[in-house]
Amino acid sequence: MKILVCIAPVPDTTSKISFTDNDTKFNTAGVTMIINPYDEWYALVRALELKEAGAATAVHLITVGKADADAVIRKALAIGGDEAIRIDAESLNPSQVATEIAAYAKSVGGYDLILCGKESIDYNNGVTPAMIAEALDMDYIGFASKVDISGNKATVNREVDGGEETDTAPLPLVISCQKGMAEQRIPNMRGIMAARTKPLKVVAATDSSEKSRIAKFETPPAKGGVKMFDADNMDALVAALHSEAKVI
Amino acid sequence: MVLILAEHTAEGVFKKKALEAVQYGAKIAQQMGTEAVALVVGSGEGNPATLGAYGVQKVLQVTDPRLKDFNARAYTKALITAAEKTGAKVIIASHDQVGRQVAPRVAMRLGAGIVAGAIGYPQTEGGSFTVRKGVFAGKAFADITLTTDVKVITLMPNTFAVVKGEGSASVEKLDVAFDDKDFGVQVQSMQVVTGTVPLSEAELVVSGGRGMKGPENWGALEDLAGALGASLACSRPVADSHWRPHNEHVGQTGGTIRPNLYIAAGISGAIQHLAGVNGSKTIVVINKDPEAPFFKAADYGVVGDVMEVLPRLTEAVKKLKANG
Ligand SMILES: Cc1cc2nc3c(=O)[nH]c(=O)nc-3n(C[C@H](O)[C@H](O)[C@H](O)COP(=O)(O)OP(=O)(O)OC[C@H]3O[C@@H](n4cnc5c(N)ncnc54)[C@H](O)[C@@H]3O)c2cc1C
Ligand SMILES: Nc1ncnc2c1ncn2[C@@H]1O[C@H](COP(=O)(O)O)[C@@H](O)[C@H]1O
Repeated sequence: MKILVCIAPVPDTTSKISFTDNDTKFNTAGVTMIINPYDEWYALVRALELKEAGAATAVHLITVGKADADAVIRKALAIGGDEAIRIDAESLNPSQVATEIAAYAKSVGGYDLILCGKESIDYNNGVTPAMIAEALDMDYIGFASKVDISGNKATVNREVDGGEETDTAPLPLVISCQKGMAEQRIPNMRGIMAARTKPLKVVAATDSSEKSRIAKFETPPAKGGVKMFDADNMDALVAALHSEAKVI
Repeated sequence: MVLILAEHTAEGVFKKKALEAVQYGAKIAQQMGTEAVALVVGSGEGNPATLGAYGVQKVLQVTDPRLKDFNARAYTKALITAAEKTGAKVIIASHDQVGRQVAPRVAMRLGAGIVAGAIGYPQTEGGSFTVRKGVFAGKAFADITLTTDVKVITLMPNTFAVVKGEGSASVEKLDVAFDDKDFGVQVQSMQVVTGTVPLSEAELVVSGGRGMKGPENWGALEDLAGALGASLACSRPVADSHWRPHNEHVGQTGGTIRPNLYIAAGISGAIQHLAGVNGSKTIVVINKDPEAPFFKAADYGVVGDVMEVLPRLTEAVKKLKANG
């Protein structure tokens, strides 16, 4: 069984958020791109663990992005994985990203498990994995905190309202991963050296249909400033929460 | 036609976020001069006609004993069947675990564009269809224009207050041709983690960080949460140290919440923590360090030791509640 891990390149969380082209494009100038934390900490590490435990034969990483995503995917390869694929297209919206990933997975075949992060920290959609599953006519379990594979069957814990559920599903399966799944791994020198020589395939994009576009980005107005209360006067704070903020 | 997926609990009670989605869809239908229809999927629980009080004239009900548990594929098929039957142009679900597993599948199948996590009504000037959502963990908004004939929206819970109106909806059974493949994913067991409202839906949240010093001090936060009727959350290191369960951890790698009130006790306010909470309407920060970064993102602040401030705050809340 081969595992495909979907890696979204995203701006480092500490980046300054600004826009260009009449506020229609994210300004990448001076911004460091990182691996989406859910993809790195949870999906990728769990895939590697499954391979180490003998449940998978290969772990491939896939990203939809232009050449500037290569550094990010190499960093992911330094953590682990056998090969990487970059679909050479600017990532525009979840439909397009999912269509590209599904088309590649279908053309190569044999990916019985596709692991994604639960959400990308830039566009905060959390919908791409379900779209990949639909495009491939596969089952999907979202927001999982635990995955085990035994033979042709997966046992998955996933978040539901008020708790957690344990599900079973036959492979092939798409799963989106979140906290609880695995522990973060820091790439070591050997991993970084090995990543340099691992294959990184660049594949042409197939989909060109536009389904949505960003009309405008806007930054919210700055907060009005914090109002301080004396630690001895909690009645005043409660009064403000009650009659000013009207939240209690 | 606007079609809305309305989720209910296993007992058949419509969730607040479902009512919010129904009301949102009904308003969009009004705006477009068309009708709104809700879709209810389950094993026949509850009373779908009550959705009429939130603006829909009609409810389609899909009933199958196998639908006692949520199932993404089966729900997708139900929604597609309903969309085809009604000729829906706009399809709405909640931006929660259920909506985010079903709505994107429907969008992919129908070749529809999607706005995931909408926080506003569509702007439809000049025939375009543009919906606002939060991006970069609340640091910006993006107005997304959908250019497809059919449009799919998942609505961020806690965006609009639900207002109950009058009326009752007509309920019509909808037959869906399920097959075994739709039930490949099977629920084996459910572990209830919280007896209270799920964190993602909570209106009031009390949260603790490393400044709480240890799990033995959590009683002070539990007392405050109890007095307020709030849910509990924590920072990442708190969950990593097993002081609190991981489902309470909020932030970039934890849960994202948008309560009306977020009280942060002994949390420094790292950017990764803020990413999960800065959609909160009102933020109160209690920290002994006046330079703690969290104060910059707060509405109200208290400089002091959590172990002294929290009991006083709890007393003050109790006093307010006692005085009505
Ligand atoms: C990629 C990445 C993802 C991350 N994701 C998350 C995430 O999802 N959620 C998250 O929370 N963090 C996350 N972090 C960690 C984050 O950067 C911070 O380290 C973490 O939020 C700090 O937790 P804290 O505020 O509880 O602890 P600290 O930073 O140690 O702060 C403790 C605070 O308590 C105050 N304090 C101490 N004693 C008292 C007292 N007696 N009374 C009052 N105040 C007191 C101190 O002044 C201090 O401000 C992430 C980090 C990275 C790199
Ligand atoms: N450009 C991309 N390339 C590869 N995978 C992606 C990309 N965008 C999103 N994904 C995957 O889909 C998950 C959810 O992303 P999103 O739906 O954008 O929030 C991410 O955690 C990734 O695993």
